Amino acid sequence: MLTTLRDLLRFSLSFRFGALILLLVAVAVATSFFAADPPEKRRVVPRKFRGEPPSAQYVLGTTTLGQDVFWMTVTGIRNTLIIAGIAVVIGRGIGVMLGMISGYLGGTTDRVIQSIVESVIVIPRLPLLILIAVILKGGLTFVSLGILIGLLDWAYPSKRYRAQVLSLRERDFTHTAIFSGMSTRKIVVQEHLPFIIPFLLADMVSGFVFSIGIEVTLSYLGLNDLNSLSLGTQIYWANEWSSIFAGKPWVMIAPVVSVIVVAVGFYLVSIGISEYLDPRKRLVRLQTHAQDDAAADHDDDPRKEKEQ
Amino acid sequence: MQLLKSYILPRVAQWAVVIFVGVTVTFLIPRFSPVNPVDEMIGRMTAFQTIDPAAVVAMRATMEDLYGLDGSLLEQYLAFWRRLIQFDLGPSFQNFPTPVNEFISAGLPWTVGLLTTTTIISWLLGILVGSLVGYNQHRRWAQALERVVIVVYPTPYLIIALILIFIFAFYWPVFPMTGGAQGTPALTWDYISSILRFGFLPALSIVIGGFAFRFIMAKALSTSEIASDYVQYAELAAVPKRRIVMSYVIRNTMLPHVNDLALSLGAMFEGALIVEVMFGYPGLGSKLFTAISNADYNIIMGIVLLSIVGIATGSLIVDLLYPVFDPRVRLR
Repeated sequence: MLTTLRDLLRFSLSFRFGALILLLVAVAVATSFFAADPPEKRRVVPRKFRGEPPSAQYVLGTTTLGQDVFWMTVTGIRNTLIIAGIAVVIGRGIGVMLGMISGYLGGTTDRVIQSIVESVIVIPRLPLLILIAVILKGGLTFVSLGILIGLLDWAYPSKRYRAQVLSLRERDFTHTAIFSGMSTRKIVVQEHLPFIIPFLLADMVSGFVFSIGIEVTLSYLGLNDLNSLSLGTQIYWANEWSSIFAGKPWVMIAPVVSVIVVAVGFYLVSIGISEYLDPRKRLVRLQTHAQDDAAADHDDDPRKEKEQ
Repeated sequence: MQLLKSYILPRVAQWAVVIFVGVTVTFLIPRFSPVNPVDEMIGRMTAFQTIDPAAVVAMRATMEDLYGLDGSLLEQYLAFWRRLIQFDLGPSFQNFPTPVNEFISAGLPWTVGLLTTTTIISWLLGILVGSLVGYNQHRRWAQALERVVIVVYPTPYLIIALILIFIFAFYWPVFPMTGGAQGTPALTWDYISSILRFGFLPALSIVIGGFAFRFIMAKALSTSEIASDYVQYAELAAVPKRRIVMSYVIRNTMLPHVNDLALSLGAMFEGALIVEVMFGYPGLGSKLFTAISNADYNIIMGIVLLSIVGIATGSLIVDLLYPVFDPRVRLR
């Protein structure tokens, strides 16, 4: 695990930047737990500081309603990541299961699942999400919004996992395992999962990019729990009180910049991991390792690398 | 004939499956949601005024009829399809007797125009620039451009549009903020130029988003393409670089792009919806937004169904054009 991380940091520029950004994001999330007052509470800031631009005391400025934009933003980042995290876990969960079922069972099951998956890919998701969110309006919480986004984001991932399974099934070691009498369950869990899990990881990271985008979009349309803070609801309220035209753009700039930074961070990390999984890049890496210390024993087997 | 049997018919069947799945999901969502849309609607109507209970009961019956909620699930489902085939999407709630069709057909030309133009521009531009960057990936300008795209690509359309509003409509107001055109609709230069002027910022937002996506794909495809022998041979033979990129690399990476265009129409449409809301562009997005704030359920339903059918048909058309580009499919 540590070797993997070291390699990633060493060989991938985008991973290095991405990891740095995500580290900052993690610090922001950790900070959000230390807010003196609940950040959504109004009239916290003394009257004479309300609606002021960024200053030494209020780093990101304040709103006219007496909220501190810094605490709002760090809490918003945390809540947006909670929504996106739930969505990613659910979406990838369904995706992995469908992809593996489809890939392993094959035949008619595969064809039926694939034609449904192909349809779901083509169907635009935003209008459907809006329809559901409008029906549930008022009853939507962060958790249910996350579940909702997840339930509509599994089609592309499941296709990728199916492709993975199909290629794994034809590898030599699978045939060896079958002929040596290993049970199917054991082959899947012990031989194939170690190959799938890194892909799952890269996929989960990139899944955040989509979920954050959808959360912000739905909130902007007023379809989130508008009394709680997320980056999306923050943008919604900044827009609702027309902060830009009232000459208080910092209320809007903080969440907008945060969305970009967080999304770019996740995207860079996912580029880094995919590069790491690329077999051509792996060769370069192994050569460098060999030059580094000839004594270290590095195998081409990903499971070996995990144990180290 | 062979082409019809082995390519066109399966593709049309897939189109039918998409519409079937989409319509069925849209039908099931309100029926399986924990909140009854009729209760919700009546709750909203009776929130600020007292209505005679008998009138509420009558209203409930009317609404259940409107939503198609009476009868068994199967009956409802068949009735849903029947109405759909007749293009009967029911009346709007906010502007009561006006049919939803009228609202949708008012917004449709704007969305179709905006989406078609921006899809074509961003697709071509993305392929061209992405391939050029893939071919010259060690040049400084190429690396700089790639870094910019890496920041733009994960940014949601909404944020791109917000930033453009910041810059062009507020700090440097050269383009109008909201609306679709000025003056009376006619084939005069004034009217057409106002369409272009009003459409510029919305279109730019969608083009930027769509371009970033296509750029990344084109760059990845051309990077693996230029490693092949024929490109190296062409370089050794001193074939002009422009010709290598234009006639060899781009032509050879074209098929995945055509294939992917059909799949990415939905994402572009989603981008267009939100961008229209941001700029108050009079297309389906704005209609949807007004319907959301008025809880005008029938209009939302109509737009959802229309977008499923529209996107499915759009990608069918792109896929049916595929044999034009790929002789292997055509001559099989």
